[in-house]
Amino acid sequence: MPEQLKRLFPLFAIFIIIFLIIRHLLIPDTFGLYGHYRGDALKDNANIELVYASKEACIECHSDIREMLEMDEHSDISCLSCHGPGLEHVENPETANIEKPGSREFCGRCHAINPARSTNMIIQVDIKEHHAEKKDCIDCHNPHQVWEIKE
Amino acid sequence: MGNKGIKSSRRKFVKKTAAIAGTLVASSLIEPFKLLVYATEEPKDEGPWWGVGIDISKCIGCGLCAKSCKIENNVPEDPFFFRSWVEQYTVYNDGTVKVVSPNGGIDGFNQEEDKENIFKTFFVPKMCNQCAKSPCTQVCPVGATFETPEGITLVDSEHCIGCSYCVQACPYGCRYIHPESIVADKCTLCYHRLTKGIAPACMEVCPTGARIYGNLRDPESELVKYMKNNSYQVLKPNLNTGSKLYYNALSAEVI
Repeated sequence: MPEQLKRLFPLFAIFIIIFLIIRHLLIPDTFGLYGHYRGDALKDNANIELVYASKEACIECHSDIREMLEMDEHSDISCLSCHGPGLEHVENPETANIEKPGSREFCGRCHAINPARSTNMIIQVDIKEHHAEKKDCIDCHNPHQVWEIKE
Repeated sequence: MGNKGIKSSRRKFVKKTAAIAGTLVASSLIEPFKLLVYATEEPKDEGPWWGVGIDISKCIGCGLCAKSCKIENNVPEDPFFFRSWVEQYTVYNDGTVKVVSPNGGIDGFNQEEDKENIFKTFFVPKMCNQCAKSPCTQVCPVGATFETPEGITLVDSEHCIGCSYCVQACPYGCRYIHPESIVADKCTLCYHRLTKGIAPACMEVCPTGARIYGNLRDPESELVKYMKNNSYQVLKPNLNTGSKLYYNALSAEVI
């Protein structure tokens, strides 16, 4: 074997060893625990804080409204659909930190006329023409008891 | 002399080739190298294997799913960043197809009354398909996106370098680069809620039950029952992505 090749071998060995050391230091501890990724990334993703509460949390205090809703057409809808995220309200119940929408635009999200909406699924109302003398839907309708029309 | 030389060098050549090939085969059996092979099969372990069902016939296009997703997951408000959005398809009598998604549907859809020229129209909510053979995870050069043992595709935001290969690789357009952190972001099926036993935000707020999720390994789960009772379909089945987002009443116009 030529002399110059013999001298190159240790050089290559040193490079490979340095590469392996750097590689070892850069790879996170949990890499490869479940697959070709950092195992702790699962925990990181699971530990993100919630913003939306859940219907169960609402019912703990508002069982009266739950009962009122039971016979209503809105009974299957989660409280959060209309009232917003609500976790702040669960932790610190105040009237200020929960949404109480009832405008023509809000109710129209579901109930405005749109040919893409199945008429079997939802009652559709012309949100511009329907009782135009009143301002908001909740001026007449109680969203928790839709057919009990207010005077 | 020359004859012998040729023979001996041929023997050497064969020996060397065999040694190199043998080393390669042997090294491919060593455990660390196995990591380089991506799992393209459903893991055999116990535990949930999540899937999603969307019933287009039930969707009324309220857009609450898209709105709640933005709030729950800190998605930027600009109208081009979405983890979950709703499209309205309108097929006209002359065969043209119009697809609209005003602000991703987060403010709902406008009241529309012109029915004359419409052949049919429907809403299609879209989100990550949670593919079992994700094209997006396969292209990541740093192992920062992956399929969890529960079948959910997640992003490791600490290790993502923001190269956006995965954004291009997703055939469903379900990824974007977050403008603040400059890393890839996508639907996690609300992994932080699922692991606590709470429904994902979009499923919680859906007023008609058009969106459902469930464990595909549990024959009693809501999703498996939905799949038994409906003729479901996935988007772009020809791409063999192993999509686990099962649409009911999916029309051929949807891409």
